[in-house]
Amino acid sequence: MFFDLDDETELLRRTVREFAEGEIAPVAEELDYEKRFPYEIVAQMGELGWMGIPFPEEHGGAGGNALQYAIAVEELTRVDSSVAITLCAHTSLGVQPIYLYGTDDQREHLMPDLCAGRKLGAFGLTEPEAGSDAGNVRTRATLEGGEWVINGAKQFITNSGTDISGHVAITARTGEKEISNIIIENGTAGYEQGAPYRKMGWNASDTRPLTFTDCRVPEENLLGPRGAGFKQFLHILDIGRIGVAAMGVGLAQGALDQALAYAKERQAFGQSISKFQSIQAKLADMATEIEAARLLTYKAAWEKDLGRNFTLTAAQAKLKTGRLAVRCAEEAVQIHGGYGFIEEYPVARFYRDAKILTIGEGTDEIQQMVIARALGA
Amino acid sequence: MKICVLVKEVPDAAVQKRIDPATGRMDRSGEKNLNPYDTHAIEAAMQLKESGALPIEEIVAVSMGPESAVRALHKAVSLGADRSVHLTDAALAGSDVAATGYALAQTLKRENPDLVLLGQQSDDGECYTIGAVVADHLGMPSLTQVIKMDVEGGNSLRAERQAEYGYDTVQVSLPAVISVGDAINEPRYPSLKAIMGAKKKQLDTVSAADVAIDASKVGGDHSAAQWTGSKEPPKKAPGRIIEDEDTAQTVEQIVAWLDERKLI
Repeated sequence: MFFDLDDETELLRRTVREFAEGEIAPVAEELDYEKRFPYEIVAQMGELGWMGIPFPEEHGGAGGNALQYAIAVEELTRVDSSVAITLCAHTSLGVQPIYLYGTDDQREHLMPDLCAGRKLGAFGLTEPEAGSDAGNVRTRATLEGGEWVINGAKQFITNSGTDISGHVAITARTGEKEISNIIIENGTAGYEQGAPYRKMGWNASDTRPLTFTDCRVPEENLLGPRGAGFKQFLHILDIGRIGVAAMGVGLAQGALDQALAYAKERQAFGQSISKFQSIQAKLADMATEIEAARLLTYKAAWEKDLGRNFTLTAAQAKLKTGRLAVRCAEEAVQIHGGYGFIEEYPVARFYRDAKILTIGEGTDEIQQMVIARALGA
Repeated sequence: MKICVLVKEVPDAAVQKRIDPATGRMDRSGEKNLNPYDTHAIEAAMQLKESGALPIEEIVAVSMGPESAVRALHKAVSLGADRSVHLTDAALAGSDVAATGYALAQTLKRENPDLVLLGQQSDDGECYTIGAVVADHLGMPSLTQVIKMDVEGGNSLRAERQAEYGYDTVQVSLPAVISVGDAINEPRYPSLKAIMGAKKKQLDTVSAADVAIDASKVGGDHSAAQWTGSKEPPKKAPGRIIEDEDTAQTVEQIVAWLDERKLI
């Protein structure tokens, strides 16, 4: 066993932390309040190579690995979840399917702009009647004269409607028992992005419903083999869980950092509240659980980087960290007292941003199903 | 032309600094980082190079420190330095400012730079003086607190220095040793590609003997300045709080308080 990060990964962590504290923290509250997409920050992250961390340089990526990606996501979420989910959804759901299943032409056409952050990628899986039961796809694509004609609707799609959104890869029914993935570029006639949702959190990220009305794309926009869509999206979600688990670790850590700083500063009954045993117990429990969750998340990334099966570990990490993020955000608000309930400190934002982590990228209940299945139950 | 940038590994800013009472030296056991002030010197070198105003062929990061200082050099090259030199030797441990400046100057002589840049201070020792010591040993002019540099002709710089009373403008011919203030620029963040490529850049590790350092002039035992003790600053007496119940009376009390101390 060896727990030290290599020098490059340690330097990446430090750099992302400095960037998050220097460039994101000063504007996070404003972006959240104004529900404003962080275009400038995304452009900077693109220049730094963070919009394509785990992809090879030949495709425009930074040539990093899953662990480095997870650590970058963790450090961003420690400061702001909206920026983190933008990078996370873009990498795991936007670029990853193109990298894994795209043809040479598709990769060459899409990946350089995506990895440089000039364009954002999205993945359209969820539908009004297909959430956890993602196989229940109603969107249809029929082949007519060398074109796919697509009709249907998607919802809760991240990064789909910004000024720099480049494409969405959607799951569509291409036969009665056949699901395929198809790439649709923004600007294609018949593809429309609805108004952004009014969300509880992640306010500065872009999430919208999508509609496809006789939307026609060339036959070669099929992503991977026809009928492989189901298998593909399960694998994409497996990988995505590592990123979302890293968000849980980062949010929990950020909540602890805020709570500790506040507890040391806040005086009550003649001393810092951090000197009270009940506050210390909260802080100690949070720190312990966060370290355990972090190790589980890093292990999932490590397994992926070694080419091992990581489905079980990623599901465990996702389950553990989502719940932990919610609990740590709640404790952080509790420690802040009344100040935690107003938007004067970041913890109120953390509290709102945390809940989705037990739902998105597979609900806790789906993770339990995946885990139980792996146990042979 | 060649620019050498002096860099140092220091305890991370987030780590509470403390003196180890057993050795009288700073406890450097915790998390460490490249001295943040040095990132401004690297950025200044990069901007000089990128501007094309001087024909700069190479930027070399130079550090003296234990084995772990290699990480500070990796960061320096990820920020743009072309290669790095690491002076490391057990004989150097505990050197004071004068001894450190001498050792660094010996290392720099081998490089024969046209310009030596460094941060205004280290985030741990905070002496502000190493540049002047190095300059003295190299027989070069020394400028401190420089917050603007413009190339004048082919071989001199016009520098603006930050002083308490305002700004000095100084013309200096190269070679020179210049310590830069942190107002000079906003250092860039290293891209992931640059981070991944840092280890591929040349790193020369040299010992005291390699750069002809006289061992009797360096190290804790041979340093002229010896630490003898440290104490916390005296605690301030608590202030006096005047409750403002009657403003006229409050003003009177404040005026009386100031008058008593002959402050008005």
